[in-house]
Amino acid sequence: MPRRLSLRHIGQLGFKEFRSLSGDMAMMFLVVFMFTGSVYSESTAKPESLNRATIAVVDEDRSQLSTRIIAALHPPQFIDPQYVDLAEMDRGMDAGRHTFVLDIPPNFERDVLAGRAPALQLNVDATRLSQAQTGTGYVQNIVGNEVQAFVQRSQDSVAAPLELVSRSAFNPNLQASWFTAITAIINNVTMLGILLTGAALIREREHGTLEHLLVMPVTPLEIMLSKIWSMGVVVVLASSLSLQVMVKGLLGISVVGSATLFGFSTLLYLFAAASIGIYMGTLARSMPQFGLMSILVLLPLEILSGATTPRESMPEQIQYLMSFAPTTHYVALAQSILFRGAGLSVVWPQLLMVAAIGAVFFALALRRLRRTIGAMQS
Amino acid sequence: MNAGVVARLSGLRHRYGERLAADGVDLEIPAGCMVGFIGPDGVGKSTWLGLIAGARRIQQGRVEVLDGDMASRRHREAVCPRIAYMPQGLGKNLYPTLSVFENIDFFGRLFGQSRAERERRISELLASTGLTAFAGRPAQKLSGGMKQKLGLCCALIHDPDLLILDEPTTGVDPLSRRQFWELIARIRAGRPGMSVLVATAYMEEAEQYDWLVAVDSGRVLATGTPAELRARTGSETLEAAFLALLPPVRRRGHHALTIPPLEAGEVVIDARGLQMRFGDFIAVDDVSLQVRRGEIFGFLGSNGCGKSTTMKMLTGLLKPTHGEARLLGQVLDARNLDTRRRVGYMSQSFSLYAELTVRGNLALHAQLFDLPPVDAAARIDELVQRFDLGPVLDALPDTLPLGIRQRLQLAVAVLHRPDVLILDEPTSGVDPVARDGFWELIIDLSRQDGVTIFITTHFMNEAQRCDRISLMHAGRILDSDAPAALVARHDASSLEDAFIRCLEAAGAEAPLAEATPAAASTAPVPTASAARIARFSLARLLSFSAREALELRRDPVRLTLALLGSVVLLLVMGYGISLDVENLRYAVLDQDQSIASHDYTLRIAGSRYFSEQPALHSHDELDTRMRHGELAMAVEIPPNFGRDLARGTPTQVSVWLDGSMPTRAEIARSYVTGMHAQTLAEGLLLSSGNASQAPASIEMRYRYNPDMRSIVAMVPAVMPLMLVFIPAMLTALGVVREKELGSILNVYTTPVTKLEFLLGKQLPYIGLSMLSFALMFLIAIGLFQVPFKGSLLTLVGGALLYVTATTSLGILASTMTSSQIAAIAGTAIGTLLPAIQFSGLLDPVSSLQGAGAAIGAVYPTAHFLIISSGTFSKALGLTDLTGSFLPLLLTPPLLTLVSALLLRKQGR
Repeated sequence: MPRRLSLRHIGQLGFKEFRSLSGDMAMMFLVVFMFTGSVYSESTAKPESLNRATIAVVDEDRSQLSTRIIAALHPPQFIDPQYVDLAEMDRGMDAGRHTFVLDIPPNFERDVLAGRAPALQLNVDATRLSQAQTGTGYVQNIVGNEVQAFVQRSQDSVAAPLELVSRSAFNPNLQASWFTAITAIINNVTMLGILLTGAALIREREHGTLEHLLVMPVTPLEIMLSKIWSMGVVVVLASSLSLQVMVKGLLGISVVGSATLFGFSTLLYLFAAASIGIYMGTLARSMPQFGLMSILVLLPLEILSGATTPRESMPEQIQYLMSFAPTTHYVALAQSILFRGAGLSVVWPQLLMVAAIGAVFFALALRRLRRTIGAMQS
Repeated sequence: MNAGVVARLSGLRHRYGERLAADGVDLEIPAGCMVGFIGPDGVGKSTWLGLIAGARRIQQGRVEVLDGDMASRRHREAVCPRIAYMPQGLGKNLYPTLSVFENIDFFGRLFGQSRAERERRISELLASTGLTAFAGRPAQKLSGGMKQKLGLCCALIHDPDLLILDEPTTGVDPLSRRQFWELIARIRAGRPGMSVLVATAYMEEAEQYDWLVAVDSGRVLATGTPAELRARTGSETLEAAFLALLPPVRRRGHHALTIPPLEAGEVVIDARGLQMRFGDFIAVDDVSLQVRRGEIFGFLGSNGCGKSTTMKMLTGLLKPTHGEARLLGQVLDARNLDTRRRVGYMSQSFSLYAELTVRGNLALHAQLFDLPPVDAAARIDELVQRFDLGPVLDALPDTLPLGIRQRLQLAVAVLHRPDVLILDEPTSGVDPVARDGFWELIIDLSRQDGVTIFITTHFMNEAQRCDRISLMHAGRILDSDAPAALVARHDASSLEDAFIRCLEAAGAEAPLAEATPAAASTAPVPTASAARIARFSLARLLSFSAREALELRRDPVRLTLALLGSVVLLLVMGYGISLDVENLRYAVLDQDQSIASHDYTLRIAGSRYFSEQPALHSHDELDTRMRHGELAMAVEIPPNFGRDLARGTPTQVSVWLDGSMPTRAEIARSYVTGMHAQTLAEGLLLSSGNASQAPASIEMRYRYNPDMRSIVAMVPAVMPLMLVFIPAMLTALGVVREKELGSILNVYTTPVTKLEFLLGKQLPYIGLSMLSFALMFLIAIGLFQVPFKGSLLTLVGGALLYVTATTSLGILASTMTSSQIAAIAGTAIGTLLPAIQFSGLLDPVSSLQGAGAAIGAVYPTAHFLIISSGTFSKALGLTDLTGSFLPLLLTPPLLTLVSALLLRKQGR
């Protein structure tokens, strides 16, 4: 029965995959694009924190104070405010032109000076959740500061006794491009890991070369391992280069963590992703089915793994469900390594999870592949 | 042009890279007769036929067909209904999941025939080809002969004046082949004016034609009737005549084959009562054989009669359901890898790696068979010498003629010195010279090296060379003996005759003699319908849609994935993507531990946004826990906080945020600042109490979604995502798959226009996507209870435009790429990235910058997102949303236009 694993077979079959990939120009272009153009455009498109939020002002006061408040709402956080009247306000918000509309009531300045503590009204388009949340805080602060300063100057009062100082660890300026660049790399690693191996398997089946391997002294295990190591090397190389050249070099983002540890984790993660890809390749009967399946798998992996929005804010069931995806653990460890400079002592639990989940999918894929191949022999 | 000429080629040149498929061809082809193109593979026959059919673009020279220039699009469109083209390859232009009837029906619709007319014609064609009983069977389940008959039906549905058949009988068994030519003869009798052009590798078939063109290296060697060609070269057979016509270089080393007699060796393979059953289907039944060392054992039979299965069982690659096969006395075990080492196998289709060179393929297989490196090099050298592969060592297999490719496959199969060799139709489609060369190698292997060889073939002269042959039909061996003995036993004139008698005795496929003569049916030529071909025809467009819809229905997995997938994803993502930042984990480092500090921190603890973790005790601990990602925020209260506050001495509270997720940190900062401001405003902490009453407050009005419920905002935003990924992926493989599998030829050779083809393919998927939209809408208002406030009609209209745009996007990806993998990857990137990142799902498009902002401005998802959330949450109607409708209205025609420009109506 099955003879010992032959490393030479695995090596040779893997080298064959390289040739196969380098022959497909469109695919090569896509791989290069994913780790250069895609990473670049994604990380530069994202606003740094609150950026260019659209705001309009209904200035019913037209006082010195209202002018000061409006002047304080400026780029980069906000685009220069547009002056509208009350009727236009609704239309503008309906059409999605303004995320925020600040209504400064008549006699605002007078009331402030008289200590009547008047209220401003801030209208927020709450369907734009993330901007609505951050922007509201900004507007509150800006208005508060301006009013405070105005009042202090006119009343000559003392500074507030209690100050709140906030500092951001690991990313002092809360630059979003840090985050998005890494997210882009992670997403592309996932996509390539799954697509390349799965599609390679289906292509071999459609072109009959898989059947040919059946009459050779080669085992399904060897076929799988050869695909995994070769695709793994391609993606690890591409992602590491992307990290060094694109992220650190071109985008000038200082990544503190160990590139080696990240590379090793990526390799381990690719083992898991490629196993999932092969598993899907054995499930799908044709390329169109595989295409649909891959969308259904990639989408949740990209959006719900914590790479796009924080995981702890998701419902518990989803968190539980996603804890079975290797991506979730990979995202957590990648963020730890790259942003917080964490070492092996910190990330080993996640590494272990990635390896364990990968092993499960690998075993599943191997079983299916053996069965498919068994069925093909007939 | 002369009335007697159907096609005229002048000065025709056609080049594929280095190779010339037509090298200054001047040829006049007489009308109204059967013209054969004979010659080795890869000399240009197929290219010439493709050019005459209008399926390939003319590179240089002139092609006149049916009195017009084929370079002119107008002429091509005009004569296209009068030409029928059946490309090379078994059933290459058929649709595998469609039934026999549906395949023919599709072609009938393309030629604008009415339903009644189609049904009449189809039933006549089916009757005359003997396919009536199989009308409901999917094309993929037909035997090779039946596939070719079906292809012929599809070609004849519109009464062509010119029928072009490219190797129609390659890979088809003798009986089916005979029936095929009888059918053609009867059709010609019914339509005497019809011209038929055939390319063939079977010389005995060419013998029956009216006029022949001998082709070599892209040039015409000779033309004339078979008798003329034989007379001119003084040869007895056409095969010999052709060899004599070849220039001496091309004939190199060709001589009549001599087969040394088999010396009776020991019995190598002993099989008893082999049966193979797949489910209910018995593929092979009760096969018992004994084969000696070095024997060449042939199998004759139609495609799918169990030949390949029998050979695999005999060599132990497949475990029989019943019975056993012994190799040198040992029972063969299918799972034993050592069995594979004793067997060499050459499959029907080319199964080596197209991306490796000849040398690379040999080296890889030597390694896979674990030949020691030194041995391997010597063995490869030896085989290269023996199989004459030296000149092509560094070439890629795809660039080689079939004959050489088959030699390479044979070299790979014997690389490891197997005892037994299985050759499954190794010479199908190979020209006579190359075939003889190939047989020389086989004979050499058998007689010199003592390799036992199993071989299947459709060539009678090859079967004649076997030591013994088995005639197989429907999984049974009808008879088995030496060829001469078989001929004698069945009292036949030839082996072919013997085989056909044998088959007829066993009651094979219904003999054609009973069928209605096709003459009556095809005689009246409905010139009216054929003469005018509309430039754009809705009927043709719909015939593509109907076919695509049918194929989709036959693939329930894809249908389920598309519908159920979007619903499941909506559920998961609707619940899952939450932009409410809640339950942020934080801890307090309280260095004061006073009432005031507790009071301050309690305010944070009471918020739903934060969830408190065990208190911190030192800065080091703060660092570590943050590094582990355990804390999103840490609050540090300085020593003497309470005292300072009471005295009015300025003091500071520090907040540490984990900046690795900037958005989260930003929101946390905004929450905590707000809270701080409120604390100050309420003045609770300030015993001095004089100054800090806030001078003004801000009243918040959250519009459209007053509770800031994530789901109300998310569901209308997730629906647009679902409606871009899945529809685009559905259409993405549409065109490229037809390119890979070959059915794109139907677009080249029928009157369908590019636009009809593209839109026709798109239509069913627009329907499917709208269905999935309806499902998702119901789930949104039903299950998620998302209030729908705006105009339903506007939303539906927007969705329709949007899925039209997204399916066009898939079609575009499909026309741009040439492999299915690239189409999938391209579509995945082309939709996931812009739709998730640049379309306003997470950040409004207005706040994006650079390339992202540009993409967001034109990408359809961005616009439909506004329509979707506008109608769902903002009670908007059409007039409020014109700004978003306009781009959506423009996108589909634009994308389709680009696709149409990229798609070629002719092959190269």
